[in-house]
Amino acid sequence: MNMITTKLFGVLAVGAISVASIGSAQAIDISGAGATFPYPIYSKWAENYKKITGVGLNYQSIGSGGGVKQIKAKTVDFGATDAPLTGSELSSAGLTQFPMVIGGIVPVVNIPGIASGQLKLTGPILADIYLGKVTTWKDPEIAAVNPGLALPDLSIAPIYRSDGSGTTYNFTYYLAAVKPEWKDTVGVNKSVDFPVGLGGKGNEGVAAFTSRTAGSIGYVEFAYALQNNLPFALMQNKDGNFVAPNSAAFQAAASGADWASIPGFGLILANQAGPTVWPMTAATFILMYKQQDKPDVAKAALSFFDYALTKGQQDALKLDYVPLPDALVQQIEASWKSITAADGSQIWK
Amino acid sequence: MTVTDSATISAASSARKTALTLRGPQKLFDLLFGGSTIFFAALVLLILGGVVFSLVSGSRLAFSTFGTDFIFSQFWNPVTSKFGARAPIYGTLMTSFIAMLFGVPISFGIAVFLTEVCPPVLKRPLSVAIELLAGIPSIIYGIWGLFFLAPFMQSYVEPYLTSTLGAVPGLGILFSGPPLGIGILTAGIILAIMIIPFISSIMREVFETVPVMLKESAYGIGCTTWEVMWNIVLPYTRVGVIGGVMLGLGRAMGETMAVTFVIGNSHRIASSLLAPGQTISSTLANEFTEATEDLYTSSLIALGLILFVITFIVLSFAKVMLIRANRQAGN
Amino acid sequence: MAATLDMTRYRGRQVQSRIALGLACAATSVGLFVLGTILLTLLWNGLSALHPTILTQMTPAPGSKGGLLNAIAGTIAMTTVGVALGTPVGILAGTWIAEYSRGSVLAQMVQFVNDILLSAPSIIVGLFVYELMVVPMGHFSAWAGSVALAILVVPVVLRTTVDMLGLVPSALREAAAALGTPKWRTVTMVCYRAAMQGMLTGIMLAVARVSGETAPLLFTALNNQFWSTNMNAPMANLPVVIFQFALSPYEDWQHLAWGGAILITFTILTLNILARFLATLSSLKQ
Repeated sequence: MNMITTKLFGVLAVGAISVASIGSAQAIDISGAGATFPYPIYSKWAENYKKITGVGLNYQSIGSGGGVKQIKAKTVDFGATDAPLTGSELSSAGLTQFPMVIGGIVPVVNIPGIASGQLKLTGPILADIYLGKVTTWKDPEIAAVNPGLALPDLSIAPIYRSDGSGTTYNFTYYLAAVKPEWKDTVGVNKSVDFPVGLGGKGNEGVAAFTSRTAGSIGYVEFAYALQNNLPFALMQNKDGNFVAPNSAAFQAAASGADWASIPGFGLILANQAGPTVWPMTAATFILMYKQQDKPDVAKAALSFFDYALTKGQQDALKLDYVPLPDALVQQIEASWKSITAADGSQIWK
Repeated sequence: MTVTDSATISAASSARKTALTLRGPQKLFDLLFGGSTIFFAALVLLILGGVVFSLVSGSRLAFSTFGTDFIFSQFWNPVTSKFGARAPIYGTLMTSFIAMLFGVPISFGIAVFLTEVCPPVLKRPLSVAIELLAGIPSIIYGIWGLFFLAPFMQSYVEPYLTSTLGAVPGLGILFSGPPLGIGILTAGIILAIMIIPFISSIMREVFETVPVMLKESAYGIGCTTWEVMWNIVLPYTRVGVIGGVMLGLGRAMGETMAVTFVIGNSHRIASSLLAPGQTISSTLANEFTEATEDLYTSSLIALGLILFVITFIVLSFAKVMLIRANRQAGN
Repeated sequence: MAATLDMTRYRGRQVQSRIALGLACAATSVGLFVLGTILLTLLWNGLSALHPTILTQMTPAPGSKGGLLNAIAGTIAMTTVGVALGTPVGILAGTWIAEYSRGSVLAQMVQFVNDILLSAPSIIVGLFVYELMVVPMGHFSAWAGSVALAILVVPVVLRTTVDMLGLVPSALREAAAALGTPKWRTVTMVCYRAAMQGMLTGIMLAVARVSGETAPLLFTALNNQFWSTNMNAPMANLPVVIFQFALSPYEDWQHLAWGGAILITFTILTLNILARFLATLSSLKQ
């Protein structure tokens, strides 16, 4: 025994030391952490960017809340969040904020006999379902917007995200925008106290419960619904049209918006006006310090973001994200001029 | 060996020690080894002290805001920043109880089977197979629970429970409501599965340390295999067995990922075991990464502190039981 | 008369024993059945990902080809360091309780505290190490991840060490003492040797427990998309990769997650068998 343990520990120790000593040869240039929703596209951009420039950007999804906390604790070079910070939060922390990419939230349903895209819903109906006021699919409120559709006499099982998420934040933001009662009783947050329903962990959990429970409705990210062929419902937008969730509909929401109206571009694209707009569209944001201790790292990060916002647009589309409109990209890059080194010199020129 | 015997031996050995006066290096090694053991024992205290300190300082805001309401209130609303721990506390206790209810007897059965019944050829492969359960990452348990156990519970187990136990007056309330497949009961069962390898491998290990002579003597006076297990082996190994059970209980109360997938994550306490619930660990796993407000974060850390207190109470209780068992055994 | 009564009672006891052992068999079958379904789920979903490239390429972005090399290397590095840090602490502290403390109040306290640590949710341990190391250092690092894992290893190893040393017959120690063996040699050469099988089980359980833990690594080692052997920087690791990939929308990522889970499970299996084999081998030699 003694021999073996001694040998074992010897091997372990040598292993540890050698691992540690190879270490310092290569270092990760940029590190970022935060929102889960954009994690796949950030990793795609990082992979391609490393091939082109050799600069490694390591982004990890630890949640939007984590992203905000980590940038404030200065353990990362940039943070990422789905729920934008307000102007006062930004200025008190000395942060700047800009959007990177857009996605959408899709209601998925499981009603026997009704195919994907057949059911039409409005914002107030969706709010009433999650408030527990509309409890059956035969409800006259639903029938009124679905003439000719044979809806079953089945009770509705609402499914929500149990884990705190930007998806829930944007979903509740939309419900609050279209239904004052939602704003007063439930509110807007990354996790809220849902009056009715069942909580699934992540998109996966929501999708699993929805597909297994007849009469259920849930909400997931667009990419998730599309990749897994989940049956979705059409939504009525602000102009009164029923639209299907797709890239064009998300893009329409982004291009019509007045981004400069809110500090840090902290605009939530819920219920935007426009004939083809998907009402539950949302951007995801990057957080950086205005005054940088490590200007070379900050400059490398900004070059990466520039790559992502311009050349990376095709990658975004391939993964079912929507790139930002060109006019907005220009506004964003202009805003980078406010990022400075400790001596006050501009980092991005 | 009688008391006087061992006393003589130890007296003799200590006399020899002084007589021989251990040579320099040996003495040094003895000091070093003994010293390092107590150093590391103290380190364990220090680690826990550190963890508790960081929990206490992190949860101060929550307790100063809500006071004792934090423990007894059932509200959990991040929008209005009203937090109470009653539902997660209930869920933690209930799921752990269910896990122990199923996990301990099954683990005991497995250990008995492996030590007494199993043909020697199968012994090694079977015990490795059971221990393999411990090596599966907990997220896999979660996904397995979501796609296999939950539908199974929903279609077979829960309807059966509702139609049989659900009709029993009093008890029925625990098994009422629609079969969702997820909830407190399913979470408890998944925890039971996860702790089985821990408890059973420790039990098997300690059962095998029982001196053959003890067992043979019992068989010699006509005891059945079961009586030997129950009256000889179990009392002889009780400290180790309780240690294994504690190991399992610890894992059950602290498990996060697997529970999160199957418990339904509702912050309301329902009377039915089939209804969704929440445990302290699953709340932490669900919400910690997304919490930004100070009070919200602090409330989550306070939940962690409460889990420590619960563990403390449960362990104290176990300790008292153990002392009583020892006294009954006449030691 | 009395004899027949005894016989019936004896038969009753035999039946009771049979039933109990039958139940033990049933319990084992339940355990094996559950294990079987979990393994089947694992193989069903993950076998297609077990391409040789899983061992030679880095974690990809969705839609790219890749493997899990960086995550595997990171997990091996951090688990090794974590176990190498935690095991001696657990064993030596356990040795003190079992061999030196003579049941003092302090020993009972340490054991009690250790049991509390056992059930600490791993996310709490992660947060503690985050405050302890990540915040002061100003960045995530593999060292922090290893320390978090070590803290999870200690209580498991300590608990089993104490229990297993407690089962070593005191006659062995007394025999060694009678020969004038110094205490440290008695403990290492006699007690450890007698308790080795059990202590190894404890270490294996600890390795099994930490190698699949996501929560303590997320806030300490973070994760890394690229190859990195720098222990002082974020390092890739399997549990976090599995967690992120399994819950993603993309099928190729989900497959890799299942493949990673298979790797962890079967590595644990191999280690387990290897440890037992070594233990038997060394006990045969003596």
